[in-house]
Amino acid sequence: MSNTALLDETGAMTRFAGRFFSEGFRPRYEIQELLRQCYIIGYQSLPLVGITGFIMGMVLTLQSRPTMAQFGAESWIPTMVGLTIIREMGPIITALIFAGKIGSSIGAELGSMRVTEQIDAMEVSGTNPFKYLVATRVIATTLMLPVLTVMADAIALFASYLGINLKGVTTMALFTNNILTGLAFGDVVPAVIKTFFFGFAIGVIGCYKGYNSEKGTEGVGQAANSAVVVSSLVIFILDLLAVQITGLLGLN
Amino acid sequence: MTPEPTLQPAPAPPAPGKPGEVVMTVDHVSKSFGDNHVLRDFSLTLGRGENVVVLGKSGSGKSVLIKCIIGLLPYDEGTITVLGQDVASLDHVAMDQLRARVGFLFQSNALYDSMTVRENLLFPLRRHWLEHSAEEEEKLVCQALDDVGLANTANMMPVELSGGMRKRIALARTLILRPEIILYDEPTTGLDPITAREIDQLIREVQHKYNTSSLIISHDMNCVRLTADRVALLVDGRCYAEGTYDELEQRDDPKIHEFFA
Repeated sequence: MSNTALLDETGAMTRFAGRFFSEGFRPRYEIQELLRQCYIIGYQSLPLVGITGFIMGMVLTLQSRPTMAQFGAESWIPTMVGLTIIREMGPIITALIFAGKIGSSIGAELGSMRVTEQIDAMEVSGTNPFKYLVATRVIATTLMLPVLTVMADAIALFASYLGINLKGVTTMALFTNNILTGLAFGDVVPAVIKTFFFGFAIGVIGCYKGYNSEKGTEGVGQAANSAVVVSSLVIFILDLLAVQITGLLGLN
Repeated sequence: MTPEPTLQPAPAPPAPGKPGEVVMTVDHVSKSFGDNHVLRDFSLTLGRGENVVVLGKSGSGKSVLIKCIIGLLPYDEGTITVLGQDVASLDHVAMDQLRARVGFLFQSNALYDSMTVRENLLFPLRRHWLEHSAEEEEKLVCQALDDVGLANTANMMPVELSGGMRKRIALARTLILRPEIILYDEPTTGLDPITAREIDQLIREVQHKYNTSSLIISHDMNCVRLTADRVALLVDGRCYAEGTYDELEQRDDPKIHEFFA
């Protein structure tokens, strides 16, 4: 992609996001469709996000244990795992998994609706397709990703507790106490806030790619693929920005 | 901010109107995509209860014309008047109210894959703010499905239907609003000859039963012969010739003869 094409695409995507703010919150409110999307995007993603969180917590614990043992710092594992998961790994891994599952499905669904004229059919049926299809999905991804991240964090920490107890004995009370002692609000709040931005980016990019899909079925595949690639890249950029901002605020 | 629409009464069959009354006028309309001039000074009228077929080659701008009429595409010059309203001057609320009176059958049927046939039919009814009880809705769904001869399909998903059935369901979704005008975009494309003939007959039946006016976009000569009261030939973006099927067939003009040969 040339520099001009990249700038054109970025500009078009920004205008698309701007349209969300100018049109998305005006009546007629699509509450029923929003709830349906929250169910699909949030609830139906929970198994995948849960499994990922479980493996993440277990692997992190099992792999860090030998090194920590070398320094006689096994008792610090809960604190280290807690900080790592809550501040960084939970939000970023959940967002990437979410981008793969939801970003691609939104891109493919809207792309397919575009090429089969279903979006035009909605428009002639007295419906603003942007509000009905795009605004509801963007709001749902923005609201659901933080919830999923908190759940993934909790599952990952529980898996870490199980991991520690595979080769030793630690009570749940001690494990929890160690984690909470190492955590401050400055660790938790920015980590949760950035997931709203991740969710928004995934929703906008998936919808943009699908809504503007062209070239028939080939375009649907491209929309799904580029939704995931661009979302993942934007997640890393946003994460980098978040680190800089929390650093400026003295929260790192 | 434009006012939101309020609930409207249930749709009634279109008023008989005066025979010969013009319900749609396309007046010197032009439309370009960059340097590609798709429509040039195109004009056409549609009378009450009349079926007009716009005949043209693939890529000649027929679908662009029909999308300009329903307000899905803006046009560059000229005027399109539908049921007495200038399409270009309508805000979105007025446009939605007009669209409730004008049905559109898409070339690809455009059935919503995630909804059952019943939900597909109810979607425009509910979205156009038309007030109905659940019983009335069910009655309208049954009536629309009866009209297209698919009474027992209400709970099926579009993916379970054949191409011809999908076309009929798409027509039922259009009919449920009791439109005064129906725009058909290539209604027989992709269908086998027998099913295509059934769809042509259905178009005629709908015209007679509900006194609808229809603008049919097609390049299928069987469809033109069976459905057209009048034919407009679209060549190079212009209305090249107009007349009944028989009149055009007898004209000694190579460009017209190309279609009828």
